[in-house]
Amino acid sequence: MNVPDYIIPLIVAIPLLGAFLTPLVSRINDKLRNIFVIIVLALNAVLVFLLASDILTTGIKTYVFGAKDLSYPIVRILFEVDAMSIFMAIISSILVLVAVVYSWSFMEKNTGLDKYYTLILLLTAGMLGMVLTGDMFNFFVFLEITSIASCALIAFWIHRGESVEAGFKYIVISAMGALFVLFAVALLYGQYNALNIALLSSVIQYTFLDKIALVLLIVALAMKAGIVPMHMWLPDSYGSAPSSISIILVSATLASLYGVFRVIFTLYGNVLSNIANFGIPVNVFIGWLIVALAMVSILIGVIMALIQTDFKRLIAYGAVAELGYMFLGIGAGITALGTAYGKTALDGGIFHIINDALDVGLLFLVAGAIYYATKETSLDKLGGLARNMKYTTVFFVIGLLAVAGMPPLNGFASKLLIYESTFQLNPILAIVAILSSILLLAVFVKVFYSAFMGPQLPKFKDVKEVPKSMLFSMGVIACIIVIFGLFPEVIINNIVEPAANALIGYSEYISQVVAGGI
Amino acid sequence: MIYNIPYLAVAALILLGLYALIFKRNLIKMVIGITLIESGVNLFLITLGYRKESIAPIYTSSPGGIMSFPVPQALTLTSIVIGVAVIALMLSLVMHIYRHYGTLDARETRRLKE
Repeated sequence: MNVPDYIIPLIVAIPLLGAFLTPLVSRINDKLRNIFVIIVLALNAVLVFLLASDILTTGIKTYVFGAKDLSYPIVRILFEVDAMSIFMAIISSILVLVAVVYSWSFMEKNTGLDKYYTLILLLTAGMLGMVLTGDMFNFFVFLEITSIASCALIAFWIHRGESVEAGFKYIVISAMGALFVLFAVALLYGQYNALNIALLSSVIQYTFLDKIALVLLIVALAMKAGIVPMHMWLPDSYGSAPSSISIILVSATLASLYGVFRVIFTLYGNVLSNIANFGIPVNVFIGWLIVALAMVSILIGVIMALIQTDFKRLIAYGAVAELGYMFLGIGAGITALGTAYGKTALDGGIFHIINDALDVGLLFLVAGAIYYATKETSLDKLGGLARNMKYTTVFFVIGLLAVAGMPPLNGFASKLLIYESTFQLNPILAIVAILSSILLLAVFVKVFYSAFMGPQLPKFKDVKEVPKSMLFSMGVIACIIVIFGLFPEVIINNIVEPAANALIGYSEYISQVVAGGI
Repeated sequence: MIYNIPYLAVAALILLGLYALIFKRNLIKMVIGITLIESGVNLFLITLGYRKESIAPIYTSSPGGIMSFPVPQALTLTSIVIGVAVIALMLSLVMHIYRHYGTLDARETRRLKE
């Protein structure tokens, strides 16, 4: 299906406009405001899907802000959307929509909700901008929008010292990361006089300064993605934010992850496959580095999850381990660039991005539901909730099996791809990954037992099932998880495979802009 | 040599900022560290656009000659605006931390444990 080009800026503009209208609408009526925000985000999701259907059939689309011809000094910003960008945009729009529906009941009793919704819409605009832009400096701007909005949302429950502390930690990490990104952008700009990713990628030389820029970009964005050893902020912020925000944070983290991929595969795409350092090709070096970080993430995530007593911190460490699986798939894909199993690993890693977002998101929503019903997050004090909260229990079981990679749910489909491809790279990687996955299952079964099973506790006798809007949003995610698990080929063939091809095919990304003469 | 002085200043500012961020225990000093890094990066951007003996890039009634490059200046302006927002947010969070904990020592504001 063909859609006009101006739909690309609209995807960022609509949430931005909605953000500034929300306080006004909120003065009329609270219910109206909730409906308004849901409509804005639903409209945006529809646009994202329309754009996706176009891009998956016809290929990369671009939109130019500013000068169309090149005779003047070029002052312009380019949005370039390929299959990978739109894949991430789909994840963000689904998660945000679900989170807003969930917030209807979950945040009902809070004050200051006009600011809450405004910040959510700003965060959405930032995330979508990050994945759609084709300009390094623009990427930095959207990165900052995302970090400021998400920091304010993490500290939204400002009456709790922990929330403020987590928010401060997050903003320090983000501000430093963003400044590193800006420094790297300046280094690249100073050498090549360009900010456009495609243009930079076509001329990059891999000089000493480029190496510094690469290190700065990967470190800063991986720090924002929460990979070990830069993960310490992640459990704090996921654990202290309201649950509806934790799920949006998952997708904000994934937007930074997208930044890592864009830098490695597209910006340094030329360098990756053609240049060798000390006799080792660059892709093997970077690939093994990422694989090593991924293994550490998986191990630390699982081990730390074992000893947690707070429900949401436990899930957050689970999320660190899941991030490790994504990086493992992608790292193996980079190391074995060009081989068949490298491609499989890349497919697995990318498929795991959407699966992780859904699985971890569902678990956060369940944790929020439990908090809503009992006002308790410590696992030591919970128990016997399955008697009163039947639907929530079912959703938790689906989430825990999916996160642990049990068939027939979606986590299994992507983890299997990662296992079989990393086994060909090095059997030890696959073995450790499988064992950690089993440990993750053990962790969540322990949670299941201590929160939902056992005798009914007297203080939870009057606990009721959560309201419909929360059940609805959990149900939607659970349905998507089951569908993805039952028909993984459909998803892989239709959206994952094109995204993987878009990452590898950097030359197409370049030629869209440089040779196309836009 | 004289043209390298801005770059030396950039390196000094960024290193000082990192030092403050990593070794200082006072939260306000950590915020100052971030501002130092930010100034360093901004200075770097501005320096990149400067050409020897160039004038400000204003086209209307320009006396002619080399102009310094306007794009880095636009970037710096954007970066400064973003920086203000970040610093304001950080300081307001520090204020709230002080209200909750009664101290600004990073070693004592640690209710979130492992």
